[in-house]
Amino acid sequence: MTSDPVIPTPMALEAEAAHWLQRRHFWAWSEADQSELDTWLAQSAAHRVAYWRLKAGFERSSRLTALDAGASFGRPSLPAQTSRFRFFMGLAAASLALAAILGVSTLPLAPQTEGQLYETQVGGRQTIVLTDGSKIDLNTGTAVRVKGRSAQVLRGEAFFQITHDEARPFVVTADNHRIIDLGTKFSVRTGKAGLEVALIEGRARIEAPHTSARSAVLNPGDVALATATKISVSRKSQQDLSGELGWRRGVLVFHNTRLEAAATEFNRYNRRKLIIADSAAARLTIGATFPTDDIEAFARTAKNVFGLRVENRGDDIVISH
Amino acid sequence: MGDTSDTQRNTGQPLMAGNAITMADVEAWFVAEVLPLESALMQFLQHNWRNEADIADLRQDVYERVCEAAHESIPDHTKAFLFKTARNLLVDRVRRSQVVPIDVTSDFDALGLAFDAPGPENTTIARDELRRLQGALDRLPPRSRQAVVLGRIEGLSGKEIAARMGVTESTVSIHLANGIRALVNAVYGVPEKSAKKP
Repeated sequence: MTSDPVIPTPMALEAEAAHWLQRRHFWAWSEADQSELDTWLAQSAAHRVAYWRLKAGFERSSRLTALDAGASFGRPSLPAQTSRFRFFMGLAAASLALAAILGVSTLPLAPQTEGQLYETQVGGRQTIVLTDGSKIDLNTGTAVRVKGRSAQVLRGEAFFQITHDEARPFVVTADNHRIIDLGTKFSVRTGKAGLEVALIEGRARIEAPHTSARSAVLNPGDVALATATKISVSRKSQQDLSGELGWRRGVLVFHNTRLEAAATEFNRYNRRKLIIADSAAARLTIGATFPTDDIEAFARTAKNVFGLRVENRGDDIVISH
Repeated sequence: MGDTSDTQRNTGQPLMAGNAITMADVEAWFVAEVLPLESALMQFLQHNWRNEADIADLRQDVYERVCEAAHESIPDHTKAFLFKTARNLLVDRVRRSQVVPIDVTSDFDALGLAFDAPGPENTTIARDELRRLQGALDRLPPRSRQAVVLGRIEGLSGKEIAARMGVTESTVSIHLANGIRALVNAVYGVPEKSAKKP
């Protein structure tokens, strides 16, 4: 600043007001800071007007939390080509080593009919601790059959924290695929789109039915999507993965998620269903965290943030433009 | 009924009869009644003032004037008062400058009235605002955008943002301040060219 008495331009004023606002909003704020701000505000109507305008506008920008921030932010993700390349390279290197250790082809693929069956209802959640210390968290509407060092996900979604035993690998089967633990935390989710396996920690291998030729070794951050004909692997950030596993804490975490997909997620957990009635509304994206059972909070957000129409129709909540 | 309201009106402080108007009162009125008219005001100013570079300055002057007046008495009809103030300001400016800008139109009144036309539905406004916010976020320089995303969307403090981005706290302050300005101007629908730094 020069010592000349300069009449501040509105741009400079706006910058100064913005500086105060960010100080107050994002940093430690003491009594002394507050009185310094009060003094500045008392100096002129120009200061007050600039500050009030920014403060009120910034409060309104809180609806940003409902924005598609992920797309703008450039989260770390590998292009599809690269991850496919990684997957083949990983496969080539790993499968030789593993085949030697595990003797994979001897593992049973037939559906298990013995063992203990664990089930959760819609909205339910359950943690199973096995005798070897391994833990399985069952999400809503899930059935898992466990026998010894193997488990079968019959439907729904489960999170596995496996106590590793090199001599006796833990094997999970789901949708005819085998997931072989190599010291791991991972989640398994069945659904219409295919079988999704997300690897959080350690390593695991997923194999297609009947042939170990189609398989992939998963490293932390890898998410495999397996269908009847192929296994594709993509990579997700730690943040995304922990969001996807929000259900273990009883929450749904949306990041750049289309309303349609968010509603589908909610509907897994609740008997009352959310229906997004038109495609324009379905395409809006949301970033937010909700308790899995708080369908009302979601409806409120749709109404207040997106200005959508929310109606109760019987047991369902219909959201439209 | 009619008598009472007339009497109140004559006190000159119809809304705050008997009480001194505090700064908080003025702020509340300014935020609730004046700021929502900002995009209409900006349109009015742009329509009537050739030099785009002056617009933000004019807006600031109008706000100062209405707030100073509101400190004496909160106006009954905010919209009429705001546009009257804006018109008077433009007239003053024209008088003070030696050269009269060619397209300062003479039909201020007609333009001022045009803003009484019914606005779009609230839902449309809400969605437009969201779209503008998204646009503003996208156009921020990457480091500012990252700071804003971490602070505003993920809820980190300034210190945490600095640690996460590996930059000094004062750098984070600058990024956040720039981000705030861009977002706020987007909220009010201020076009980029009159919101940009000089």
